[in-house]
Amino acid sequence: MGDYLSGLWTVFEEYDVLAAFWVNIQLTFWAGLLALALGTVLAIMRISPIASLRFVGTAYVNILRNTPLTIIMTFMILALVFQLALQLSSNLSDSYFRFAVLGLAVYHASFVCEAIRSGVNTVPLGQAEAARAIGLPFMDSARLIILPQAFRGAIAPLGSVLIALMKNSTVAAAASVTTETASTMKVAIEFNPDYLMEIFGVFAIGWVILVIPVGLLTTWLSERLAVKR
Amino acid sequence: MDTATTDDAPPAPRELGEPLVELRTVNKHFGALHVLQNIELTVHQGEVVVVIGPSGSGKSTLCRAINRLETIDDGEITVDGIPLPEEGKALAHLRADVGMVFQSFNLFSHKTVLDNVTLGPRKVRGLSKSEAESEAMTLLQRVGVDSQAHKMPAQLSGGQQQRVAIARALAMRPKVMLFDEPTSALDPEMVNEVLDVMVSLAREGMTMIVVTHEMGFARKAADRVVFMADGQIVEEAEPDEFFTNPRTDRARDFLSKILTH
Ligand SMILES: Nc1ncnc2c1ncn2[C@@H]1O[C@H](COP(=O)(O)OP(=O)(O)OP(=O)(O)O)[C@@H](O)[C@H]1O
Ligand SMILES: [Mg+2]
Repeated sequence: MGDYLSGLWTVFEEYDVLAAFWVNIQLTFWAGLLALALGTVLAIMRISPIASLRFVGTAYVNILRNTPLTIIMTFMILALVFQLALQLSSNLSDSYFRFAVLGLAVYHASFVCEAIRSGVNTVPLGQAEAARAIGLPFMDSARLIILPQAFRGAIAPLGSVLIALMKNSTVAAAASVTTETASTMKVAIEFNPDYLMEIFGVFAIGWVILVIPVGLLTTWLSERLAVKR
Repeated sequence: MDTATTDDAPPAPRELGEPLVELRTVNKHFGALHVLQNIELTVHQGEVVVVIGPSGSGKSTLCRAINRLETIDDGEITVDGIPLPEEGKALAHLRADVGMVFQSFNLFSHKTVLDNVTLGPRKVRGLSKSEAESEAMTLLQRVGVDSQAHKMPAQLSGGQQQRVAIARALAMRPKVMLFDEPTSALDPEMVNEVLDVMVSLAREGMTMIVVTHEMGFARKAADRVVFMADGQIVEEAEPDEFFTNPRTDRARDFLSKILTH
């Protein structure tokens, strides 16, 4: 029994689990910010009165949303780094990290866009008409009237996108981010097969602890910030 | 002869100004439905026109076409001599000249009453926050809801919301105001507080196009009643003339229905 516990202890001394989770949190944070910005732009394009913008927005969402994330992440590394020799940092591991953020962001932006569009559908048509009737141009009525209400109506679906993004951040392994949880767990198990269930259990519980509060928080926020009509 | 008029007496026929809103052979379809059929209408400066007619006759569409919330298929609409522009800056400017009050108020739900009224003046007319707020307070006072300035729209009664909506439209200093059934979503006890505001606007010389079935308002404030049916203007007359002596069967039939209610 003592051997078992000290053996398990050594495993977790060797592999820094908290640091691995921290990498996923950072990936999620930066990719989330970028995805929110890009997704908002896409949503504006998709509700705009200009047909060509709507077309580009729709095409982007349909292509990115229907491509497996692993393919996008692998593409980031194979095509952009190896083929085109692009670098986002002189430090190779930073560069991989940033490409992983970019890959996660461009993929999740399509889901952010659709979440915001579902929020736009909660805003009565009369709001946009009233904005147009006082002479607000499209961008002003989108920015000042439609989107602020749409975001409040989109908090719950945006929360689901955030949770998906957190979990999907483990696909950064495909972009050679070897310090995040999925990669760390894989290596830990490979070298300590006796502790397979224990190692897996620790990572699984870590993820549950990370994800559940996000769900609770967004549910609470979406009720609190709901627009009273 | 005593020329003084009581509040209920019809207004003396007024001197009408220049044509302000002109519709020339305007046509509009929704699919196979011909909602506006060769509409000819001229509204002069300072004139108050009440549009009346059965449900589905195209009254809302007519109103919405005048500030281009609906496009038209052919014909021409001019406001103060200027044809309605296509989308873009010019259109936004024109819309600021045409105030619109909706049946369902449509106040911006996430903004306070005061912000509802100051938004247009700040963003479109380019006023500073303090200029816009002092103008807005004057307008809110005029419609009697200045004490509610810092509340959210959902905290107000329907009648108060509609009066704020009128103030919001007036804040753009429009040349003409369109009202699409402004009182038909209101509880009966709130109808008059909104109509009173509209009557006083009319008395102050605002040019108004009002879709309403409130005959009291038409008699008190309108210069002319336009009766629409099936997408056409069927009859036009002064209010008293129209209500007591309609010329067409359609109008007679319609009036008999709303009078029995
Ligand atoms: N966006 C639209 N698409 C298709 N049909 C429409 C649309 N808007 C209105 N219509 C139809 O056009 C006709 C005229 O509608 P409109 O709203 O102008 O009538 P209205 O005279 O205002 O009626 P009400 O008294 O019920 O408000 C109706 O038959 C209506 O169903
Ligand atoms: Mg209508």
